[in-house]
Parts: sequence; C-alpha cells; structure tokens
Amino acid sequence: MTDAAILVKNVSKQFGETVVLRNITLEVPRGQVSCLIGPSGSGKSTLLRCMAFLEQATSGTIEIEGEPLGFIESSGGRRLQTAAELRQTRSKIGMVFQQFNLWPHMTALGNVSASLRRVRKLQKAEAEDRAMAQLEKVGLKERAGYYPSQLSGGQQQRVAIARALALDPTIMLFDEPTSALDPELTGEVLNVMRTLADEGMTMVVVTHEIGFAASVGNKICFLDHGKLLFHDTPEKVFAAPREPRLEQFLDTYLDRGAIMLR
Amino acid sequence: MSFDFAVILAKGPQILSGLGVTILIWVVGTFFSVVLGFLLATARRFGGRLVDTLLTLPIEVLRGTPFLVQIFLLYFGGPYIGLRLDPITAGLLGLSLYGAAYYAEIFRAGYQSVPPGHVEAADCVGFTRGQTIWFVLLPEMALLVMPPSLNIAVILLKETALLSLITVPEMTMTVSAIGSQQYAFVESLVVLALVYWALVELANFLGRVTERKLSKLGTP
Repeated sequence: MTDAAILVKNVSKQFGETVVLRNITLEVPRGQVSCLIGPSGSGKSTLLRCMAFLEQATSGTIEIEGEPLGFIESSGGRRLQTAAELRQTRSKIGMVFQQFNLWPHMTALGNVSASLRRVRKLQKAEAEDRAMAQLEKVGLKERAGYYPSQLSGGQQQRVAIARALALDPTIMLFDEPTSALDPELTGEVLNVMRTLADEGMTMVVVTHEIGFAASVGNKICFLDHGKLLFHDTPEKVFAAPREPRLEQFLDTYLDRGAIMLR
Repeated sequence: MSFDFAVILAKGPQILSGLGVTILIWVVGTFFSVVLGFLLATARRFGGRLVDTLLTLPIEVLRGTPFLVQIFLLYFGGPYIGLRLDPITAGLLGLSLYGAAYYAEIFRAGYQSVPPGHVEAADCVGFTRGQTIWFVLLPEMALLVMPPSLNIAVILLKETALLSLITVPEMTMTVSAIGSQQYAFVESLVVLALVYWALVELANFLGRVTERKLSKLGTP
C-alpha cells in the first residue's frame, strides 16, 4: 500500500505496431495536481485514458487508491475485471473530456443528475437537489434547464465537470479540457479547475495551458514520443529545463509570448 | 365493359376481415421486426467480433433474397425439416425475420451515429451497459432512425400482399378472390391499391407526428 492516489507502474501501450507509451512509471499523490504536457502525439492523452481504463495498457499496472484498475493480477497472469468490478474501481474517478461529451438529449441538470439517479439510485428530487449543488459550484445554477446545444463551449465543459463531480470522486482526470475552447471561454473553465485544486482534489490534467500547469500544478510530467522525460515540480521544470527536448518544447510557448514562464 | 365497384364494395364485411388480418400481421410483424432487429444490432455492437461476424451472414441472406422466396421456403420447405406452420404463423414469422434484417441495419447505423465519447462518459459515471443503451444510445439515435424505420414499416405493409400466396387470408387474397368470383378483376385491384395507399399515408402521418415529438426533445 502506498499513499498514492494513482500509481502507474511500467505501463506500455501499443496500437498495432505503433508504440504510444513506453514503460511509464508515475505516482500521483493524494491531493495534488499533476499536469501532463508534451507535444501532440506524445501519448499524454493515452496515458490519461489508461488511468480511466478507457484504453487498456498493453503491459504494466495501474492502481487507483491501492486497488488494481482494469485487470486483476493473479499467480497465472492477469484477467480483466468484470464490468461490476471495473465500475467499482472507476467510481473513484471523474473524467472530463476535450469534447465535453454531454448527452445532447438531456438538460444540464439531466446530465449531472443522471448518475445520481441511475447509479446511486436516488429519488428524482434528491438527485436533482444534489446535481443543482454541483451546477452551482461551477457557476451554472441558472442554466440548469438548458440543453447542451444552448450553452457555450465553456458552459458545456463546466456542466461536464459538474457531471463528473456528481458521484463525489476522489480523483478528477481532465483530458485537454480547454483545447476546444477559445481563450475567453478557457478562462472560466480553468477557474473552476483552480477552485477544485484549492479544495484539495487530486487531479491529473492533460493540457496545453502551460500557464495553468505552472501555477496550479504540483507536478509537471513532460512526455515525448511515449516516454516520460521529465517529472518534477513546476519550478524545476520551467526554471531550468536541462532536458533539450523539454527546452525546445517550452521555447515554442516563449515564441508565442509566454514570457512569464521565465 | 364498364367499371362496377358496387360488386366489390358489396362484399364489405369480407374485405374488412381481410383488412383486419393485413393490419394485424403488419403491426405485430413490424413490432417483432423492430425488437429483433434492435437485439441483433445490439448483439453485433457489444457482443464482440465473433458474434458480429456470425450475425452478418443471416442478415445479408435475408436482405439479399426475395421475400417471396423466403416465405415459400418457410411455408412449403419448412415441413421437410419438421417445421409445420399454419399460414398466419408462417407469414408472421417470415415478415418478422425479413423486417428484422433491415431494422438490424438501421440500428447498426444508429449505434454508429452516436459519438463514442458519449458512451465513454456513461462508462465513467458508472452506467451499466444496459443503462447506457437505454438512457444514452437509444434516445440519441432515435431521431436518426425514425425516417428509415418508417420507410421499412411501409415496405413491410406492402410485402404482406405476398402472403396471399401462402394462403394467408389477408386483404389481397380476400379482395382478389372477390374479384374472380364477380368477374371484376380490375375493380378489385383498384380497390386494393387504394386501401394499401390509404394505410401507407396513415402510417406516414403517424410517423411524422412521432418525429415532430422526438425532435422537440433536446430543445425546450
């Protein structure tokens, strides 16, 4: 047993011949924010999706709060978790997607309350009360009756965060949560995430928002070509990137005016 | 020779009984087609590659051969393998299987139309497979599958006319029998055409109403 919220051990992932993750070992401590950065195709989204078992690692193990995710190891090898076991392990995780993935036929309130009603089996009124509290938390109480198509991208993503929070997960995973948003809408989503981080939520964030990673992240993980090249505090990563590939990657941000990093 | 619809219409009660059988077989057959087609598509979508491959063949055969041949095989060929069915049962079974193959394709397209991320989101909040299908996939595909579903329902209605050839006492059999008895073939055919057409228009109307209701979901 460790105190890690998420423990990734020797995880590799291949899609056919293509190697996407190469022997990644990573510990996400409880209550901390880890940001995964790196160029497109570096495998950071795949790594995050492995942490929710939306992708199956080809080898290696992932533990969520000390419990195996996806596979059960036994003396003879490993077997897939049953659907019920997987749901149990996943219940500790809330997942937020780049494309929001709200269900378009449900209102904001419906999206957030669905799991409370169907999974937690709460009565409609109680489920909606709790869902409303989550919507209030992301600042969208007065939009509860709106359908996703009537909300801005930033509002949709905040509803998606509220939906992921509905079942009180201890870990939140964010897969490029602001990549589909323009800069103005990005801010409102990052603010919600910052609040969550301040409240001590364990978070793993795949992001291109280097400024957010630098200010909110406790740890920065830099991936390139499926390898975890650098894993340290933001101060170390941004102050003195000894790794040439990391330096090159960060320079592209400096070129675009992110002077505050240095 | 002049048209004399009176001799046909004088047999009103017989026509109505035929119409009743047609509607019964159509409605029940379409219902079974939709249910079976949905189950087939669901098995193909979630049952793994083997199930998908195994189910492809029967669906392709049912869609790739004439309905007439299928019901003849079922009704006249069935007894060779010990399957003795009365005409109505054979007709209902034949229509259901034929329709199911088409509905399986419609629901397959429906499943494909839902972004995989919407299913992942359901997985991540702990929905069971059944809950994901019922609360996410079916409602999301509903509007898309409505028009082709209605289309197949209309085609199935018209295919029921072929069941007269395995002696199902449906409308085509009844009315054309009256036509021969009264030497009023053309009149009987015109009456048949009009009644089928009226039924199709009724089905289209009901379909449009349903579609309008569905399309209002997702907006306030």
